[in-house]
Amino acid sequence: MSTTALQPTSEPPPTAVDERLAKVSFLTKLLQRPELGAMIGAGVVLIFFAVTAEQFLTLSGIARWTDVASTLGIMAVAVALLMIGGEFDLSAGVMTGSCGLLMGILATEVGMSIWLAIPLTFVFAAAVGFLNGTVVVRTGLPSFIVTLATLFVLQGINLGVTKAITGTVRVGGLRDAAGFESAQRIFASDFWAPHNFRISLVWWIVIIALATWVLSRTRVGNWIFGVGGEKIAARNVGVPVNRVKVGLFMMTSMAAALVGIMIALRLGSVQAGQGIGEEFNYIIAAVAGGCLLTGGFGSAIGAAMGALIIGMTFIGIQFSGWNTDWRFLFLGVILLAAVLVNTYVRRRAEGARS
Amino acid sequence: MTPLLEVKGIGKYFGNVIALKDVSTVVNSGQVTCVLGDNGAGKSTFIKILSGVHEHSEGELLLEGQPTRFRSPREAKEAGIATVFQDLATVPLMAIWRNFFLGSEPTVGAGPLRRIDIKKAKSIMREEMAKMGIDVRDPDQMVGTLSGGERQAVAIARAVYFGAKMLILDEPTSALGVKQSGVVLRYIVQARNHGLGVIFITHNPHHAYPVGDRFVVLNRGKMLGAWDKGGISRDELVKMMAGGAELEQLTHELERVT
Repeated sequence: MSTTALQPTSEPPPTAVDERLAKVSFLTKLLQRPELGAMIGAGVVLIFFAVTAEQFLTLSGIARWTDVASTLGIMAVAVALLMIGGEFDLSAGVMTGSCGLLMGILATEVGMSIWLAIPLTFVFAAAVGFLNGTVVVRTGLPSFIVTLATLFVLQGINLGVTKAITGTVRVGGLRDAAGFESAQRIFASDFWAPHNFRISLVWWIVIIALATWVLSRTRVGNWIFGVGGEKIAARNVGVPVNRVKVGLFMMTSMAAALVGIMIALRLGSVQAGQGIGEEFNYIIAAVAGGCLLTGGFGSAIGAAMGALIIGMTFIGIQFSGWNTDWRFLFLGVILLAAVLVNTYVRRRAEGARS
Repeated sequence: MTPLLEVKGIGKYFGNVIALKDVSTVVNSGQVTCVLGDNGAGKSTFIKILSGVHEHSEGELLLEGQPTRFRSPREAKEAGIATVFQDLATVPLMAIWRNFFLGSEPTVGAGPLRRIDIKKAKSIMREEMAKMGIDVRDPDQMVGTLSGGERQAVAIARAVYFGAKMLILDEPTSALGVKQSGVVLRYIVQARNHGLGVIFITHNPHHAYPVGDRFVVLNRGKMLGAWDKGGISRDELVKMMAGGAELEQLTHELERVT
């Protein structure tokens, strides 16, 4: 298609400055950023726990909460991209368990090298994502329902297959599998002794940077916003809507595979119940980070901030010596506050329209 | 001369519902074909066939003399047909420049470093919008904050910029005020002067008459008639649109308006 601009033959109407339009202030610009709320929230939580627990801001303390935030955050970033594209994946949590179990069974029961089991696990994850996405775009059913079904199917398979093969509800003995040590070094090691930062933190930062690059600088990123914001408009201008959505589902499942593999290699064994309920944490992180439940708005950095808030809260409560059951109350409050702030921010971003 | 697009006895059924039957017209480059009709007349079905959303059930589409069938909006777009849908032309939560280039983003770099040329995209968008008489000061402004006319302008400017041979406008003026309608009509004329074939769908004969070269009037899925500009007067066109019964009241109303 040619991209030559056509020159106007008649005079266009004069481009008068509209005196009713106020200058865009820096503050308004800032308020249009989806991650603003989460950044402020993260700051508040950080200061709060820095005051209540003195370990919190030591290097070892930071290593602890960035560990929680990173495993959660990798998924939160993936789920955020999917949410910007207008869809949900409730199966993402259980998927981390399925992938860990699959890799474990391939390595221990089948006797494969870990380095062969890992790519196969990713292929499996891609296939599940493809299935989720294809069912959603072909049937037009809400992804909330479709992936809820996937969640239960996977949960059943995780338990059933694990019991049938191992006779217990866990797959163990990964440490004896070929290639375990080299794989662990890449997916589940520590660095910077004695504080022991987790390698997952590095993976997380790389994934945030990659997701931000894709969203803000690439064509696919533009399509993700378009597909989530106004599907029909995007389709009308030639965006391959279905391919974008299926691709996002596949990406989310593969992120779950990465996290599942990391956890399996860290512990050397996988529980059949691994990952159940985690999907809500991912969604809370993404929403706290400014993703709209309706799609078309959000950012990877925001979701990462949301994961950081959750990580700091979990560990901060422990450090402060409180009963860890309170963390659920925190999560609920964070979610509600985030949605309220986001609604306000979006109204500002959309101007006086809504 | 072969017309840019020729429509011969086209029809569309949804199950046993006849949405459109036996519509024929031509669209020439550098001319405006107006499709008029009240709500439910089949205007939407007609443009959806031309823009690749629906496939026609009967009849023929000849694009530059070649029989054509569009299976998807992408195919129609690749054939040079750009459609601006009334409400669904833009994504409200996206920046103006992102909307302008959605689906056809200019890129720099290669391989994994291939990225949108944001600077170029912004400056082209500002230039093209300036041609429409809209001064965009902040290309990052969200389209949702623009007025209805400005949003149409983004979509029209985009279609013209991307070298469409034919522009289909779905009720571009129906939601607009008088002044903004005038701006959109002026841009229709500009697109025509640039050699585009324009299909202008409207239910307002007063918007159609000044810019149209050919008029097709639809009613309840069928064609009431087609005229060249010389073959019909504005009053006759209004009469065709209105139908006998309401005519009295309508002329009364219009006398006050015009």
